[in-house]
Amino acid sequence: MAWVNAIIQGVLTGGLYALFACGLSLMFGVMKVVNLAHGDLAVVGGYVAIFVITVTHVPVLWSFLIVVPVMAVVGYALQRTVIQSALNRGVLTTLIVTLGLSLVIENGLLQFFTANSRGIGAGMTLVTGSFSLGSQIELPYLLLLISAVAVAVLLGLQWFLSRSSYGRLIRAVADDQEAAQLSGADYRHVFGIAAALALGTAALGGVAYGMYSNLDPTAGTDTILLFAFVAVVIGGLGSLWGTLLGGMVLGIAQQIGAQINISDELLAGYLVFLLVLILRPQGLVTRRAQS
Amino acid sequence: MSVVTKAGPRPAESFRVTRSQLNVVWTGVGALIVVVVLALMPYLVYSGTTAILVQGFIVLTLACMWNLLAGYAGLVSVGQQAFVGLGAYFVLILALHGTSPFAALPVAAIACGVAALPLWWLVSRLRSGYFAIATWVLAATIMLFVEQFSSLGSGTGLPLPGFTGMSPTLLTAYTYWIALAVTVVAMATVYLLLRSRLGLVLTAIRDDEVAARSSGARVGLARLLVFVVAGAGCGAAGAVLAISQLQVQPSAVFSVNWTAEMAFATIIGGLGTIEGPIIGTAVYMVLQQTLASYNAWYLIILGLVAILVALYARRGLWGLVDEHLRVRLFPVGYWLRLAGDNDRSGRRR
Repeated sequence: MAWVNAIIQGVLTGGLYALFACGLSLMFGVMKVVNLAHGDLAVVGGYVAIFVITVTHVPVLWSFLIVVPVMAVVGYALQRTVIQSALNRGVLTTLIVTLGLSLVIENGLLQFFTANSRGIGAGMTLVTGSFSLGSQIELPYLLLLISAVAVAVLLGLQWFLSRSSYGRLIRAVADDQEAAQLSGADYRHVFGIAAALALGTAALGGVAYGMYSNLDPTAGTDTILLFAFVAVVIGGLGSLWGTLLGGMVLGIAQQIGAQINISDELLAGYLVFLLVLILRPQGLVTRRAQS
Repeated sequence: MSVVTKAGPRPAESFRVTRSQLNVVWTGVGALIVVVVLALMPYLVYSGTTAILVQGFIVLTLACMWNLLAGYAGLVSVGQQAFVGLGAYFVLILALHGTSPFAALPVAAIACGVAALPLWWLVSRLRSGYFAIATWVLAATIMLFVEQFSSLGSGTGLPLPGFTGMSPTLLTAYTYWIALAVTVVAMATVYLLLRSRLGLVLTAIRDDEVAARSSGARVGLARLLVFVVAGAGCGAAGAVLAISQLQVQPSAVFSVNWTAEMAFATIIGGLGTIEGPIIGTAVYMVLQQTLASYNAWYLIILGLVAILVALYARRGLWGLVDEHLRVRLFPVGYWLRLAGDNDRSGRRR
């Protein structure tokens, strides 16, 4: 029963990891940018939420209504300025610039908010309450909510990209930037929108992580970026469903690892990642060839 | 380019190809003098100064290795801290078994080079950005794995044994000399490597990977070799770190800040040049020493400067010097000089 419980908890935390990962996956899919500052920007989202909650006293759960648009604007601005000019200079520059951003953001947070970790209090019932299934399986309300949000975000993103006309434009630019430009699409603006979506979802991930655990300046790289990346690689590059599956595989691996020995939680997740890298480097879900 | 077009067609024998405009002997003599002066430092300055220099040597060794990886082989690794940590831990393991840490250092470096082989096999199938984060995940995995061993101090680490009975003054001096030796060997290795056939392949990869491949360069093999050498070099730096700190702590030796420091020192100085890491390390040390009392500010400024340099001065500070003076202290490339052309307008090849 403990094992079943571990798997269920793993699936639920996997939702959170998929939320971390979808922005990383989107930015790579659309503009071939591997944003090494992704995790730090998610943490910034979390800190913005803390700031908004203390200053305006909005209900904690609704803080995302302010945080997500703010971070989306930050994403658009970053993409149109720094990341775009790095992109014009090649892949190496993009990596260096996003690594630089990561260092600046992480140490900036450290400087202004100290290394102390802080949580986003989501309210007693939500944090401690849970839904009992039988005697040993508990489904915490908070994790259920986070995974539901994650699935909704991924479904929404998938629908947006495959069905809406703007999504079609984004895919067109991703497939062939020059052809899209010739057809009158401003690819820079489209990239900006994609970055805004990516950082909006990253901010949601940061807020969710602040409620589920604690935020501190190093969480962006130690936890969010690495977990997001592992989820993307396990799932397969360029597939949002793969990312959701990858997040869940990572979550399950960690929970099973923790079940064996509490200190093995992280190691188990990374070992599964290495296993996928060895046995199935293209990831679990491969995007079908689009004609 | 401009020189050739302005001059128009010339007979083939009217130009010659040299490695450098300055005589290499002078650079060699200059380097020797610098090394000798540095070697005399423990007699001239207080131990506080040599301790700072040891830090500088560690960063310089790391920067040379990262330059080889990213500047020449096109491998942007964010996981070199894996080798820093492994180097430190290999020294700790050998010291726990009674070996002198100084004798353990070369063994640790070689062991890191060997460890690079299986790690390369894991990450080599990923490209650019994904390679970068994969190496990072690998470093995190190795740290978690090392922390499993309670005999190595688990998550808190252990003090480095093997120095009992040695006077502090002597220990500081020996540490300084070994750090200097590691840096000199690392720089000489990179320099000789780049002057060899492999260097030609690496320079070709740096300039255009596709063209290098289509000319028959064995890009995969060259990259493997660079990864192994960089692993050994970072391992040696990690061993020096363990000896200078007298303490091996997993979160400190496996910190991603090592990679940030080596990467940004290289980028600021000039990626893909031998001189770059030296200039970059000097800038890094000055920033760190002057801003040390302001906590994290030196890292923030380092990151900002690196972003600006990457965007607006792609060849770094050394690139600016090179553009205006056309000197090269460590000639690894070739210059094309036209006969009778004694001004400083030769082109680098």
